[in-house]
Amino acid sequence: MAQSEQEILEGLAEIVNEETGLDTESVQTEKSFTDDLDIDSLSMMTIVVNAEEKFGVRIPDDEVKNLKTVGDAVSFIAKNQS
Amino acid sequence: MTEQRRVVVTGLGATTPVGGTAPQTWEAVLAGRSGARTMPFEWVQQYELPVTFAATIHTDPGEVLSKVEVRRNDPSGQYALIASREAWADAGEPDVDPLRLAACIGTGIGGVWTLLNAWDTLREKGPRRVFPLAVPMLMPNTSSAPVSLDRGARAGAHTPVSACASGLEAMAYAADMIRDGRADIAVAGGTEAAVHPLPIAGFAAMQALSTRNDAPEKASRPYDTGRDGFVLGEGAAVIVLEEYEAAKARGATIYAEIGGVGMSSDSHHIAAPEPEGAGASRAMVEAVERAGLTPKDIVHVNAHATSTPVGDVAESNAIRRAFGDDTDGMPVSATKSMTGHLLGAAGALEGVLTILALHHRIAPATINLDDFDPAIKLDVVHGEARKLPAGDIAALNNSFGFGGHNVAVVFTSV
Repeated sequence: MAQSEQEILEGLAEIVNEETGLDTESVQTEKSFTDDLDIDSLSMMTIVVNAEEKFGVRIPDDEVKNLKTVGDAVSFIAKNQS
Repeated sequence: MTEQRRVVVTGLGATTPVGGTAPQTWEAVLAGRSGARTMPFEWVQQYELPVTFAATIHTDPGEVLSKVEVRRNDPSGQYALIASREAWADAGEPDVDPLRLAACIGTGIGGVWTLLNAWDTLREKGPRRVFPLAVPMLMPNTSSAPVSLDRGARAGAHTPVSACASGLEAMAYAADMIRDGRADIAVAGGTEAAVHPLPIAGFAAMQALSTRNDAPEKASRPYDTGRDGFVLGEGAAVIVLEEYEAAKARGATIYAEIGGVGMSSDSHHIAAPEPEGAGASRAMVEAVERAGLTPKDIVHVNAHATSTPVGDVAESNAIRRAFGDDTDGMPVSATKSMTGHLLGAAGALEGVLTILALHHRIAPATINLDDFDPAIKLDVVHGEARKLPAGDIAALNNSFGFGGHNVAVVFTSV
């Protein structure tokens, strides 16, 4: 039951909103987690763990540093969802 | 040596079992309203707790803080943020160099909810699910650190931990910082959020809690023969302390001055107070002397008075030991009869109530005092509040903690 990238983006935006209070509309694919959304490494780990739970994927710690933008995370989740 | 810097109180804040703000809390205390209520939580039945009531917080932090602030702070940190923001606003948001601003917030227990929730998560879901902020949210300085961050306080962030004396010790510590010239302004007080099954079970195992489950609002009854233990409370109280000349120059409202601080330790027993009150009386005498006063100048005492059979008598002995016959006609209020016992926030809350008693010149009545214990040799205000005299007056606040910690602070009118 893989989700579309749009559905993943919306789900991810909800997780980011929950963690940071940022509007879901501000969570766009081209946005950088650190530079644009001002998300620190601790919040990033919370987002990652919540995303794993929500989307049924495993995001290895080594992979997290490659997820620079929201789009990177959406693509990774889409590719690894079973 | 230059003349000693004076320290005054210019802002008050509190979130307590009887009110969401300091004025609401004061109004409830003057009206004699109890904050004790049956706990509506399912864990009370789940764990078959022997005590089914507590003085729970009046205003849910979710009504005051943002969703993210609630998520990222242990309840004890949330209460500290709420009370410190109120105190800061009440002080008129003074303009201060961050390097000269300190945050001193004590706590008795720290982030017990965070600690035990994280432990549950670890056992049920594994280490990866443990919240990355678990450690900063469970450490005891989760009280002063968020306040320091929120206020931009860079002169120092301190968390005195001395059980139920923590809150007043934090105020005393902050006053010392300003006197010593290490800061010009400080936000100071105490916070506690331990209405959780584990502390309740632990205090109950010590026989420290009242078990008057059928009448929670009657359970906290300091000095009454029917008292059977304290009522667990939660919340925070914070004041803004400021160097006197600067406060005067900016036209701040000055509620009171920190006249003198006294501290001692019993080295008697890990939990029980020294029955003759030797240690506690030393703290009181020191506070009065450091204020440059004599016992005759003290027109009001806000006592620690937790409503335990042993503790109330020990404090009565200590007060008499400190002040002798001057104790007669010294009006004593036991405000825990209404607020319950806020542990690490208790001394801070009673500090705020002592300051307000001086400011409004009225000593609140102790409630639930139906059958006065003859072992108590104090002039206890009950029935109705008592007017305090005009002119220069001083009031004493006592705060004691498990471990034999004794803190006494004399506040004076300005």
